Amino acid sequence: MIKELIRRLHIDLPLLFGLLVLAAFGLTILYSAGNQEFALIQRQLLRMAVAFGVMLVLAQVNPDTLLRWAPWLYGIGIALLVAVLVMGVVGKGAQRWLDLGVVRFQPSEMMKLVVPMMVAWYLAERPIPPSTRHLIIALLIVLVPTLLIAKQPDLGTALLVASSGIFVLLFASVSWRLVGSAILLMIPTAALVWKFFMHDYQRQRVLTFLNPESDPLGAGYHIIQSKIAIGSGGLYGKGWLNGTQSHLEFLPERSTDFIFAVLGEEFGMMGALVLLTLYMLIIVRGLLIAVAGQDSFQRLLSGGLIMTFLVYVFVNIGMVSGLLPVVGLPLPLISYGGSSMVTVMASFGILMSIQTHKKLLRS
Amino acid sequence: MALHGHLKNPIRERYLFRNRAIVAAIGGLVLVVLLVARLAYLQIISHEHYTTLSQNNRVDILPIAPTRGLIYDRNGVVLAQNMPSYSLEIIPERVASMGQTLSAIGKLIEVSESDIERFYRLLKRHRRFEKVPLRFRLSDEEVARISVNRHRLEGVEINSRLTRHYPLGPLTAHTVGYVGRINERELRNLKDPSNYSATTHIGKVGVEKSYEALLHGTVGHQQVETNASGRILRVLQRTPPLPGHNLHLNIDVRLQRIAANAFAGERGALVALEPQSGAVLALVSMPSYDSNLFVNGIDHKTYRALSTSRDKPLFNRALKGQYPPGSTIKPFVGLAGLEHQVITTADSVPCHGYYQLENDDHKYRDWKKEGHGEIGLTRAIVESCDVFFYDLGRMLGIDRISSYLKAFGLGRRTGIDLVGEAGGLMPSREWKRRNKRQPWFPGETLITSIGQGFTLSTPLQLAHITATLAARGKRVQPAVVNHIIDQTSDEVTQPSPLHLQGVEIIDPERWDRIFRAMTQVVHGLTGTARRINRNLPYKVAGKTGTAQVFGIKQDEEYKEEEIAKRLRDHALFISFAPVDNPRIAVALIVENGGSGGAVAAPIARQVMDGFLLDDNGRLKP
Repeated sequence: MIKELIRRLHIDLPLLFGLLVLAAFGLTILYSAGNQEFALIQRQLLRMAVAFGVMLVLAQVNPDTLLRWAPWLYGIGIALLVAVLVMGVVGKGAQRWLDLGVVRFQPSEMMKLVVPMMVAWYLAERPIPPSTRHLIIALLIVLVPTLLIAKQPDLGTALLVASSGIFVLLFASVSWRLVGSAILLMIPTAALVWKFFMHDYQRQRVLTFLNPESDPLGAGYHIIQSKIAIGSGGLYGKGWLNGTQSHLEFLPERSTDFIFAVLGEEFGMMGALVLLTLYMLIIVRGLLIAVAGQDSFQRLLSGGLIMTFLVYVFVNIGMVSGLLPVVGLPLPLISYGGSSMVTVMASFGILMSIQTHKKLLRS
Repeated sequence: MALHGHLKNPIRERYLFRNRAIVAAIGGLVLVVLLVARLAYLQIISHEHYTTLSQNNRVDILPIAPTRGLIYDRNGVVLAQNMPSYSLEIIPERVASMGQTLSAIGKLIEVSESDIERFYRLLKRHRRFEKVPLRFRLSDEEVARISVNRHRLEGVEINSRLTRHYPLGPLTAHTVGYVGRINERELRNLKDPSNYSATTHIGKVGVEKSYEALLHGTVGHQQVETNASGRILRVLQRTPPLPGHNLHLNIDVRLQRIAANAFAGERGALVALEPQSGAVLALVSMPSYDSNLFVNGIDHKTYRALSTSRDKPLFNRALKGQYPPGSTIKPFVGLAGLEHQVITTADSVPCHGYYQLENDDHKYRDWKKEGHGEIGLTRAIVESCDVFFYDLGRMLGIDRISSYLKAFGLGRRTGIDLVGEAGGLMPSREWKRRNKRQPWFPGETLITSIGQGFTLSTPLQLAHITATLAARGKRVQPAVVNHIIDQTSDEVTQPSPLHLQGVEIIDPERWDRIFRAMTQVVHGLTGTARRINRNLPYKVAGKTGTAQVFGIKQDEEYKEEEIAKRLRDHALFISFAPVDNPRIAVALIVENGGSGGAVAAPIARQVMDGFLLDDNGRLKP
């Protein structure tokens, strides 16, 4: 009976199970990070419900439909990004939101799904590996929304949008030699970006990352305090609700971007390993779904989405533990906050849809 | 490109994708391993380092100021205490705009300009996260008004603190002194600055300064957990501070009050000693000031008014005022004459109202223009004849006068346990050669022997030499503090009187000679202080004196009325009583008082009455 229900709802059980465990773990940490405030948990639960709902809805959408919608969605997305730049609402020093009266909508979030969809759509129609011309067009498909988002400015999302598109390209078997030369080309590009496209605060973040102690009470404070939190957690942690860094307000952004530091402090390395294992299981399942995809569009899209998820996890934990500069990405399904969770869950909805909408093979 | 062609090959695509998925899986694994390595570095290798940092973040060691010891008079009357009072304090680090906060406070309670001025002064040298006081002694209503509005006043706190308070204010200001906020110089000079890490006040003058080390106590510590904004969340461990020692003084505030009242608005100073023990029974300098003004920082206006006043209320005349002792030293010079066998009690000198040296036409005048006639030592003391002492001085010579009076303590610091005592001056040949680069002139010996000229003495010194005389040469260092009580162990420390090198005398009968003459000063028919002997139930030995404020030209009439009050002579009086068993020695000066017998002596009588008589006016046993 239940099996039938799951089949009809197009749910991938291993993925759902992993996500639910992750969400439960996230709520546990959030309860501590948010100073045991129950209202916070309630709000997060509500968001999770919405996010799971979105996942369920997308799981019902046939991948072929997504294939048909991809160019339209991409067009709408670009239009919205332009609209944001022209008439968006300013919040936290950046223009990211479109005020739709009822809700504030962040078009850049949508692009995390639409860009890999569009690249997959474009490449899937053509031979794989793609020709140079196709590759350049595919790169432009990625670059346009990335630059529009970076201009808002929202470096974290731009990074994710770009990487989601790039991953699709990589999955499309672009030759390694090309990838190598592209990486070489990135170095002067990075210098140009540093010089002309970065805001002062973004440069500051990079500089602070290189030497956090240079400004211990200013920009370096986040990193220093989160490293102290993680490091003092040790192997087994200080115990749930016992983190001094978190509870004595030394740790900034502890319920949002820096929530991993709370985990590291209270549950120690063991807790962090449990979390990483959970993420790995989810990613492995995602890759398996991708490999089992029936056509190139499905495979490229699901591969791009799952690797984006990996980037999410790696960049967040990397920045909180001082391995990467602070770019302002939440830890998926753990951090407090709504819009990015909805996107992440939507991508899992697409994965589930790809896994559960199998056409009978023609011989 | 040609190899793959333009046609799609689903099987090859699937195969290629699988390869890339394997690469992706390996890449993902590498990233995860990277993260795990990073975590291992932070949480295992550097764990100890970060644990220390986290502890430092969280745990603060805060010093706790000890409670300052109390000061009592000899009868247990509190002279200095610690009163809980509410003060409004600001943590500058938590205030966004100081100007706005101050004006917001100003709308709720009264904040004077001098409060603000002092606040900014303290603000300049405050330690990080230290509270800087803006207002002291808030009333209950003011506390309530601030409390109600606290949510709008970030960084503003009301704290209950112990504030030093001197219940008797001006009456004890010149003895007990006061504490004030520690300044940078004092902080630098501290022997053990860590003991003062929580202390805000330090003894500035008087007993408060002299006994700072005993009064202060030992600092305590508490380990507290603080949050990122430095707020204390809970106390983890506490080492309580040890309170300072309590001091019990020899001072009797009853006498102190009697003396202060007896001055009746005149300027001057009085010191009363117990001859056998050196105990300071009273030490009064008039006018005085309210020592409480200085505790939390005096404002400029009040300070200016006090410091520029012609009456010099801040000046401790008893300790630092240096006056010519005048005729009060005549008994000592007389004793020197007897001791050096220059004269006997039988010897007499004719007094015509002036004295002249050979080969010198300068007339050394007697205060009594018509002269005292044929006069001996006793009557010369009783009537304060100058001519007799001019002659005696000539015979003794400056060397013998100087060394003899110095032996009593004239021109030397008594060593009293109060800081800032002035030394006075007993001139000598040697002194004049060194300081004036001149030889000693014979005429200077004459005026020195009647206590004029270069000789200077503080009221304390005069009391000390009088006490030494009363104790028949036994010299005891004056002591303000009687005993010290350690509050933690209740242990009582009573320093024994410090005996200084005394005055030896060949024939003790000579003490009685001088005592008898001094008794006649008060009780005799012609005594210069006879007006105080009315209804006196005990015998007083005394000597009046006047100290010239300015010199009078030769042959000039001395008309007191014509001289402005400020230019009048200082009136002096020394005395001890009862004569046969001296229990109190009093010395005093009334600035521009004119006559020692008429102005100064009655004050001494009141003080001695207060000490020696019971409520019914009978001599205490």
